[in-house]
Amino acid sequence: MEYFLQQLINGVTLGSIYGLIAIGYTMVYGIIGMINFAHGDIFMVSSFISLIVFLALLSLGLTFIPLALFLVLVISMVITAAYGWTVERLAYRPLRDSFRLAPLITAIGMSIVLQNYVQIAQGARVKPLPPIIKGSYTLMEHDGFIVQISNMQIIIILTTLILMLGFSWLISRTSLGRSQRACEQDRTMAALLGVNVDRTISLTFVIGAALASVAGFMYLLYYGVIDFYIGFVAGIKAFTAAVLGGIGSLPGAMLGGLIIGLIETFWSAYFSIEYKDVAAFATLAIVLIFMPSGLLGKPEVEKV
Amino acid sequence: MSQPNPLLETPEPLLEIKGVNSFYGKIQALRTVDLSVHRGEIVTLIGANGAGKSTLMMTICGKPPCRDGTIRFDGRDIHALPMHEIMRLGIAQSPEGRRIFGRMSVLENLQLGAFLTDPHHFEEDLERVLQLFPVLKERSGQRGGTLSGGEQQMLAIARALMGRPKLLLLDEPSLGLAPLIVKQIFSILKELNRTQNLTVFLVEQNAWHALHLAHRAYVMVNGRITLSGKGSELLEKEEVRAAYLEGGQ
Ligand SMILES: Nc1ncnc2c1ncn2[C@@H]1O[C@H](COP(=O)(O)OP(=O)(O)OP(=O)(O)O)[C@@H](O)[C@H]1O
Ligand SMILES: [Mg+2]
Repeated sequence: MEYFLQQLINGVTLGSIYGLIAIGYTMVYGIIGMINFAHGDIFMVSSFISLIVFLALLSLGLTFIPLALFLVLVISMVITAAYGWTVERLAYRPLRDSFRLAPLITAIGMSIVLQNYVQIAQGARVKPLPPIIKGSYTLMEHDGFIVQISNMQIIIILTTLILMLGFSWLISRTSLGRSQRACEQDRTMAALLGVNVDRTISLTFVIGAALASVAGFMYLLYYGVIDFYIGFVAGIKAFTAAVLGGIGSLPGAMLGGLIIGLIETFWSAYFSIEYKDVAAFATLAIVLIFMPSGLLGKPEVEKV
Repeated sequence: MSQPNPLLETPEPLLEIKGVNSFYGKIQALRTVDLSVHRGEIVTLIGANGAGKSTLMMTICGKPPCRDGTIRFDGRDIHALPMHEIMRLGIAQSPEGRRIFGRMSVLENLQLGAFLTDPHHFEEDLERVLQLFPVLKERSGQRGGTLSGGEQQMLAIARALMGRPKLLLLDEPSLGLAPLIVKQIFSILKELNRTQNLTVFLVEQNAWHALHLAHRAYVMVNGRITLSGKGSELLEKEEVRAAYLEGGQ
């Protein structure tokens, strides 16, 4: 029981990170109907930005850690958002009216460019960061087994929760969110109502990248090591999460992230760590057999 | 009723289209179209299926763009502007096929209609359109895609009105509606035109109703304007009666 609880906490933490990345996949898919294959690498870049900014602030003499971390997060979100914007401008917008596969190929190209760029600029070896947020709470203790939740885990879960609530509110209640959904459903009609479609699509990439940068920041602090390849692995998982939850559905992305995080953690804990990815992908396959549009994806039934 | 209020008439029409050609790829859909709509007027465009009526509506809004000629609205050349900037100048369209956002509620569709207006006006404008179309009030929480065809048509018109347009473009507002509802919608338009001096340009298959409602009318054949004049005059013309009225009403 204690072991189970501990894994639950770990799984939810991991799932939070996947969920934040998955939102970027699902939003971009929702609005332009395509998978942004560079999104995982945007996440990877953001973790490097976090690391570099953090070290820079330290060397500038900023030693008050909470303030430093807050600044790192804000700066990283801004820079990463600029990366997201650039990807849309370079890989998607010029090909908006081209055949469907073209932007897919340029997006994969962007992904490779970002990976190689980081590999060259930062080296191929892993970058470590010593634990910064320490300490943990013991939730229960039984037969010598301790269930703990670390401060870092609390921060990750709370931050994700707050971001997702804020973000859901943004999408469902604000004018920006409405125009975003309008562009998803009918771009021409949105434009007829005065919505600037190009700007809305750009904003979608920017918001997705900003959320991924929060994930990248937390990943760095939680695991303490990053390299140029983490974007590929985490990206595939988050993408799986988005599809599992129902691509295009925001609650689906959050739920999918959570499920993938839990499956991975529990599989590693109870079965074998080598096959955790197999378990995650197998779940996806099984769910898609029975629910082809994912857990919360809605099959289209509309009156025309 | 057949003459627009002379006090509000300015020398320049609100909308002036001159020599416009419009294409879908290599297919030419509009051929040197000249047309104007004055402030406070109701103008209708009638024509057979495929004549190019919807194309003209969309060309005014910027897509497809007009390749030759000029379109002026409210004293500005608009034919080179992107769609969202044209709409910003005070044009609203209830387009062909209604294009309701099916996965959004009726209220959200109306909120989107007010995308460009000052949020302070929203409650007042909402009240106004819901008074015109009380059905929408009962359905305000329902998803647009689940409304009946007629209800969707009313929503499309209401959504366009939410934008407080200077010029209202309506593409076949009577399509698929019961005769009683058509009457109702046309009398609403007449009322808005009379009381609020709303300028309306509408495309109609239902030529009899449209020609009775409109101050002036144009007839389009194969992308060309072939006839124009007062609505009541066109109703008398033999070629109009033969092509668009007999067997209709
Ligand atoms: N997206 C498009 N691509 C290519 N051709 C088009 C497109 N839209 C319309 N057309 C063609 O342009 C011509 C004019 O079409 P349009 O929709 O303007 O006709 P309409 O007068 O509105 O007809 P209806 O009364 O049936 O609505 C038609 O021949 C049509 O086939
Ligand atoms: Mg038409």
